[in-house]
Amino acid sequence: MAKDIDRRIIQDLLDNGVDFVTSVPCKQLAGVIEVLDETEALKHVPCNKEDEGMGLCAGAFMGGMKPAIIMQNTALGVTLNSLATLIQFYQIPLPMLISYRGEVGEPVACQVEMALHTKALLAQLNIPTYHLHHASQVEELPGILKHCQMCSKPVAILTDASFWGSAT
Amino acid sequence: MIRYELLELLKETLTNELVVCNIGSPSQELHAIDDQPSNFYMLGTMGLCSSIGLGLAMATDKKVVAIDGDGSVLTNMGTLATIGNNHQKNFILVIVDNGSYGSTGDQPTYTGGRTSLAKVAEACGCDTVVECSAADTPDAVKAALAGDEMTVIISKCDSGNRKCPVITMNPIMIRERFMAEVAR
Ligand SMILES: Cc1ncc(C[n+]2csc(CCOP(=O)(O)OP(=O)(O)O)c2C)c(N)n1
Ligand SMILES: [Mg+2]
Repeated sequence: MAKDIDRRIIQDLLDNGVDFVTSVPCKQLAGVIEVLDETEALKHVPCNKEDEGMGLCAGAFMGGMKPAIIMQNTALGVTLNSLATLIQFYQIPLPMLISYRGEVGEPVACQVEMALHTKALLAQLNIPTYHLHHASQVEELPGILKHCQMCSKPVAILTDASFWGSAT
Repeated sequence: MIRYELLELLKETLTNELVVCNIGSPSQELHAIDDQPSNFYMLGTMGLCSSIGLGLAMATDKKVVAIDGDGSVLTNMGTLATIGNNHQKNFILVIVDNGSYGSTGDQPTYTGGRTSLAKVAEACGCDTVVECSAADTPDAVKAALAGDEMTVIISKCDSGNRKCPVITMNPIMIRERFMAEVAR
């Protein structure tokens, strides 16, 4: 089920020192999570809610690991306080690989509702945001991961239906 | 016995163990009683103390003690399932269960009613769960530190807070000196 793009994303995480990942699944992220679970060098600790996941990431970071979170954009709201008062306040680098549901190609109308707020919320929080709209843009991922570590901030990587749809 | 008195009792037990402490009065009281670099004070983010503690315990071999609260565990109840499914031998979760939201004026939580966090923790897969009085908590923590099992301790306390100064230390300073202790 996993595609080359999923393997490439996980390899980019590994190549950039990420060794701890927490997640709540999204259909679009199923392949990435499948590869994640096959990759021993990446510790995967599923969480029940994305703010909880950010707590796990903060702890892992303080223990010397390099965390990342995999989540759906609909979860952004529940993470706002954790982003502001934990990840940003204590300056913890945190790549957020986010499925950007509700964009063109979306089959479920309800998903559009949070898509409308996604970039506004990220902008309000001053979170560096990278919107990957075509699979070829996965090339930007290593640079984004390095940028995240360099500035010790959360960064959002939004991957929409066109990105996943154009992937092989 | 209120939380402050419990933390005073724990002072001699928690010497250089890594401690992650809950937001508000718990951190302010711990800071006033025994500020040390091995304490990580949460200045915000109610609910995530146990998650930070678990994530930390996964990344270090050192003993990690998370001092959480009943209200905060209730707000992030999923944490007990994550803890129960990710046994981390070096992790001790102490839930100060005063049946109230202490920091905000002792409003009652549901653990003062019909809810048992010990039973929730057990049902979530935590094998070693100890519910005890505040007075017995230092011994329970000592036993957990001496042992090799992840332990969840529910410490039954009275409601109440001691007025202590707000922590004005810079968050980066708190984190960096804490991380230096982790790396030591
Ligand atoms: C999201 C959020 N809601 C409410 C608060 C206010 N608040 C701060 S500490 C606290 C009480 C926490 O209770 P508990 O975890 O039982 O700790 P205690 O003070 O009783 O030891 C509350 C409600 C907050 N900081 N964040
Ligand atoms: Mg309480």
